[in-house]
Formats: sequence, C-alpha cells, structure tokens
Amino acid sequence: MSLEKPSTPTEIGVTEDGLDYDALAELLGGHVLDRESHVNAEGFVVRPDEVQDVLSTLKTEAGFDHCACVTAQEYDDRYESIYHLRKFDDPTQELSIVVPSPKDDPHNQSGARVYDTADWHEREAYDLIGIDYDDHPDLRRILLPETWQGHPLSQDYNQSQPQIVTLRENANPLQGDRRSEDDPDTMFVNIGPHHPATHGVLHVQTVLDGEQIADIEPDIGYLHRCEEQMCQDGTYRHQIMPYPDRWDYVSAGILNEWAYARAAEDLADIEVPEYAQVIRTMSAELCRIAAHMLALGTFALDVFGDFTAIFQYAFRDREVVQNILEDLTGQRLMFNYLRLGGVAWDLPEPREEFFEKTRDFLDDLPYKLEEYHDLITGNEIFQMRCVDTGVLSAEKAKSYGATGPVARGSGVDYDLRRDDPYGYYDELDWNVVTETGCDNFSRVLVRMREVEESARIIEQCVDLLEQWPEDDREIQANVPRTLRPDPDKEIYRAVEAAKGELGIYIRSDGTDKPARFKIRSPCFSNLQTLPEMSQGEYIPDMIASLGSLDIVLGEVDR
Amino acid sequence: MSSDQTPPAVKDVSTQEARMGEGADDRFNSTLREAFGSTPFILTKFDQFMNWVRGSSMFMLQFGIACCSIEMIATYAIKHDLDRFGAGIPRASPRQADVIIVPGTIVSKFAPRMKRVYDQMPEPKFVVSMGSCTISGGPFQEGYNVVKGAEEVIPVDIHVPGCPPRPEALVYGVAKLQERIANGESSPVTVKPYELEQFGDLDQDELVQHLADEIDEDDLVMRYDWDNSP
Repeated sequence: MSLEKPSTPTEIGVTEDGLDYDALAELLGGHVLDRESHVNAEGFVVRPDEVQDVLSTLKTEAGFDHCACVTAQEYDDRYESIYHLRKFDDPTQELSIVVPSPKDDPHNQSGARVYDTADWHEREAYDLIGIDYDDHPDLRRILLPETWQGHPLSQDYNQSQPQIVTLRENANPLQGDRRSEDDPDTMFVNIGPHHPATHGVLHVQTVLDGEQIADIEPDIGYLHRCEEQMCQDGTYRHQIMPYPDRWDYVSAGILNEWAYARAAEDLADIEVPEYAQVIRTMSAELCRIAAHMLALGTFALDVFGDFTAIFQYAFRDREVVQNILEDLTGQRLMFNYLRLGGVAWDLPEPREEFFEKTRDFLDDLPYKLEEYHDLITGNEIFQMRCVDTGVLSAEKAKSYGATGPVARGSGVDYDLRRDDPYGYYDELDWNVVTETGCDNFSRVLVRMREVEESARIIEQCVDLLEQWPEDDREIQANVPRTLRPDPDKEIYRAVEAAKGELGIYIRSDGTDKPARFKIRSPCFSNLQTLPEMSQGEYIPDMIASLGSLDIVLGEVDR
Repeated sequence: MSSDQTPPAVKDVSTQEARMGEGADDRFNSTLREAFGSTPFILTKFDQFMNWVRGSSMFMLQFGIACCSIEMIATYAIKHDLDRFGAGIPRASPRQADVIIVPGTIVSKFAPRMKRVYDQMPEPKFVVSMGSCTISGGPFQEGYNVVKGAEEVIPVDIHVPGCPPRPEALVYGVAKLQERIANGESSPVTVKPYELEQFGDLDQDELVQHLADEIDEDDLVMRYDWDNSP
C-alpha cells in the first residue's frame, strides 16, 4: 500500500516492538545519570557539560537525526532543558534528553553544534526562561526586544515592571550603515517589519553586495503575544482550546486544535470516539486546503506582484472552504471546534445538504487546480523565477528541523499523518507527496499536490460519515469536568499541521492547569532555513524563498 | 441659448441633448447628469465638499499584523470587495495612504514601528482598529508582552470588535468611518498614548540608569509602564 515506507537498516536500539531504551543507555554509557519516563518516550538525564557528546553520539550512531524541539523550564530547585529527539525515518522512535542545570547559575552546553535547529530554540529558551548555553554561536534574545529586563517564563518574573524598547534596529541604509568593513561596496537593507512581502510582521536584515545577498538574518518577535503563558494560565478542559486557533491563523485552526487535543488526550488517557475522529480528519483537511490556497495566492503575489488574478482566485476558492467550515463550526476563522475527547457538535442539519455542498466543492476542485497550474506552474516567467532558486538540500532541511511541505519539497519523506498515525488517517487511502527539486518550485508544487490528496481524504470521510449508523454517532467521549493529570507527567506530541510538525510539550503538576506548555512551531524551524536558501542569491529570489516557506508570524513568534 | 444652433429639422430637442451635441455616446449621460439638467452646477461649502471627497475615496494602507489581517484580506478580496465603497485596494507605502486598519495584536517590539508607520502617513489620516486585541489586548490581555489596545499607541477613530470581526463587520466599520468623515466629525483622543522619545529625555530612574550603557542618548525609545495602562 502507498502508506508503507521502505524499511531502513536497523540501528541501535531498534526492535520490532519499539525502541529498546536499555540498548541506547548502554550506547551512552556513563553519560546517563538517571532515566525518566515521559508519556511519549523515555528521558535520559545527562550532565550539563556533556550535552554535545551525547547528542552527537545519538545523531551519528543511533540515527536520531531530528531534533524536534528544545523545551526549557524552571522548577523550584533547578532549571531544565529537554531535547526532544526523533527520527525522520520513523518519528515514533523518540528519546528525550533531559539536562538539569543549577538554580543559581543556570547554564549548560549548547546543542547547536550538533543540530542547526537548536540554535534558535536555545535562543528562545535563553530569552524566555533564562538558561545560558555555553558554546552557542550567537546567544541573544530572539523574541523579546534586546533591552528587555528579566525572563518572563521564569518563576520570579515581575510582569508589571516597566520596560524600554528601542527603535534602533531599523537602521537607515542611507546613513552609511555599511556593515561589512572589509567590503565597502555592501549595503545594509531592512525588509520589514512592515512590508508587503514579509507575510506579516517579519523583519529581515540583509546585507547586499550589488543585488546579491551577502548576509541575511531574520529578526522575529514582532508578534510574540505570549501564547505559552496564556496556555499555562488556562485550564485543560476548556480555556486552552481557543488559543491554538490563533497560532497559525491562516484558517489552519482545526489542525492546531488537534495538536493540543492530541497531547492533552494522551496525557489524560482520553479515548476519542471513532465517529469524532472521522469528523476531525475531514475538518482538518478542509483547513489544510484553505491554508494551502492562501499560501498559493500570497506566493503568486510575492512572485508576480499579481493582486488581481491568482490572488483573488485563490481567495475565491478559499471562501468556498470557509463557508463549509462555517456551516460546520459556526466561525469563519477561529473555529474552536475540537474538544478534549471529541468535537463540539455533530454535523449541521440537514446533513444531506452539508454533504452535497462539500461534494460540490470537491467536484469543482480538479478544474480549479488545473486553472492554477495553467496560471502558475505552467507559466514560463514563474518557472524562471522559481526553478533552481532557493535551493535547500535534504541534508540541511533535516538538520534545521524543517518539516511539512518545506521538507517534502526537498525530498524528505516525512509526514506525521502517516508516520505517527492519529485520527482516522491510517484507515484511509491517500499518498504522501514529495518532490525532489529542493527549490521554490518544488515547495509550491508539493502544496498544490497536497490539496489533491486532502480532497481525496475528505471525499472518503464524507462517504464514511454518510453511511455512519445513526445510533452510533458519538461525538464526545465522557471526559471529567475538571482534568487533573497526575503530577510530573510529561508528554511531547505532534501532528502534521499545514506548515509541518506542530508539537506540544505539556508537563502537569497535578493541578487543572499545565505547569509548562511549550509549542513546537513548524514555521519557527522552517524560517531558520531562510539564510541557507538565500545566501548569495538575488534579493527577488529571497522574497520568493520566503513566500515558498509559507510562514505565519503568529506561529513563528507565538 | 444653444438650442438656437441646432438644425431646424430636429424638433423637441432638450437643452441637455443640445449641449451634448451630435455623435456623443449616451454612456456619458448619467442619471446624475440628467438630474442636473441644463444647469450642471452644485452649490456647497468647500469644506463639506472636501469631506465628502475624502470619505468617498480612501486609500488604505497595506498593513497586516495578525489573525485579523486574514479577514482583512478577505474583505479586500472578491466576495466582500471593499472597493465598492470607495475604500479600495491597499497601498503599500504609508506616504500614499489615508487610512490605516490595525488588524491584530500589538506587542511591545512592534508598537514603536507601528507608531513610525502612522507618523509617516500624510494628514488627514484615520485609524480603524480591527479586532479585540486592538481594543484591549483581547484574549492576550494578560500577556507580559502585549500592548493593551491600539489606542495606547495611536489615536483611533473606529473600533471594530470581534475575534476576528467578520468581513461584513469591517465593511460596516469602514462605512461608518466614511460617514463620520463626510460629516466632518473627528474622534477625541481618549488615552494618553505611549510616545516615541529620545532616551536622553526619559526621567532618570533605576531602569533608565541600568540601560544607559546599552542605549545611546539620542536613540528613539518607547517606555512601557505596564502598571499605568488603563
């Protein structure tokens, strides 16, 4: 079947029924001080000054090539960084590396020399929690302004203290702000944070040599609206669910909600009824189509500057999806439709009308996609702009933790819907789309082909829902009114959102609110690849690369 | 009268037709033109006329912040088509714009930049704040980094509530703004906004002294006193 993957050579610790953590502990030998048991994987506690050794051993010898996330948190008696490792070939093989560091002087070795992606994740941990990472290439604040005082997710932070923020990052290129002293021909140019091509409030600092990019650095944090704090202040059962809609707000709401639902359900041992899983699967794929439509439209806007045809066409078609979703959830954008243990309500009555509307949309879709292919991918100018520009090799994509269409456009066959199945995906017939071009063109093509696959999934879900026996339509499991997971239970769970692996780390402390809620945003990791893609390229190609990454600043900054 | 010059063969020619002359396409003959008849003049006050013109042709700034900007784009796009109301396709440069729609959460790092963009717009300028975040901080009000409403940074004419507001709501808000402009009404500034000021001009206190090594005297800064937020 199409969902199967070619088998990979066996690595250390890989057995038929999951990972053999004893073998992995043996590989690391004396480095492992202690072993913890998280819900998703075992955690090995290692010394703060041996992080690099441990990570590089695991990467080279045990095949953990994906550092999904770095979570930092403060306990009453210590700080802790957790490196969530998994494998691109089989993401169900997971391992957490837990690094405690002392309360009075929190620092540990950086993992950025092993995994490129750890660079930004550790900067975020430094920014929000206050852990110092030794041997980090560039440890600065990343989300908050550089003049910020204190680390807001640490325990003794006083939220009402005054802060001073400067405007100086936006240096004026005409004032002789030539950055590189050894090459006086270079010029410093700011793109953003208010710029039509940055998809929101991203600030890209570029140093140009002629029209080519000599140096580039994305500066984020212009939409850092404390999503993790908000979730830590909310109760599991109801108060957290509205926030995921606002991470990736390009109508990918239900995909995000599912990320939280999956993590919290696994944390609290809630079994979701099958009927609800089918509805979830269908609505999530509708969201994916809407999100990819917008990605396509804005990409055409970036590359052609075409506000009239393709952009408006994409919005026209997205509007149809939004109407269906509005019928289902009652909202156009912030659906708040999933509940822990199921969905909020059943399909709208009359059901036949809903099915007909959805089928009409699916029937029209092939013609519409053909039109897009005529307008976009078949267009010679578009091809000249996008083929072989913004090249991201599979190796680099993995090292930067890129996921979703960005990774699949570089030939990395990684899709959590198939590799770490959840919902109803493993019962349905669909394919994971990959392209091997590694360029801007491939990434766009992957999205367009994924729309077709999503349509296939929706079609099968609609058939299933139509035939579902009426007395078996259970939309929610029986969930206690107040959820209090056992203290010190930890979990990292991810789903395949529109942009890639959207993961949630939750640690419970026995109360009805999470003690630590960490969001692993796919856009955050994907955006890290931008310098890799655009170094030495022309500046318009950088804009195209940025568009092909399809970032949402709400999710990058959280 | 000009009707004297029309050929005598054609009888019952209206003054208006006579003015148009022969061969003119009747597509120029609008209902408005017909209503005016032979005296195509309006008497009005210049100020009133200017207000009407201002309200009827507004240039929006292309300015996206967060979730609301997606609904804002949907408002510009085909189904809702804000252009029908004379508030058309957004301009990318603040120098060409009259109206700024603030669509999303404003955080501490972005507020100085937004102020700068607002300052770059030519007078007269108008602000529509879209969504709950620009009214009070919305769902993120408790956040350590969130400015509690657009009005703390720039003066706002129209608030459109919602999270996010539907496109229809934004269209209504813009129409209301046009109505106010046409009537020559302006909004009082209700909150003393955060200002951009030079670092050297700030009152000396512990925080300013602590940052003195990092920030130059003439750097523009914005100081947030979270405790005094309304």
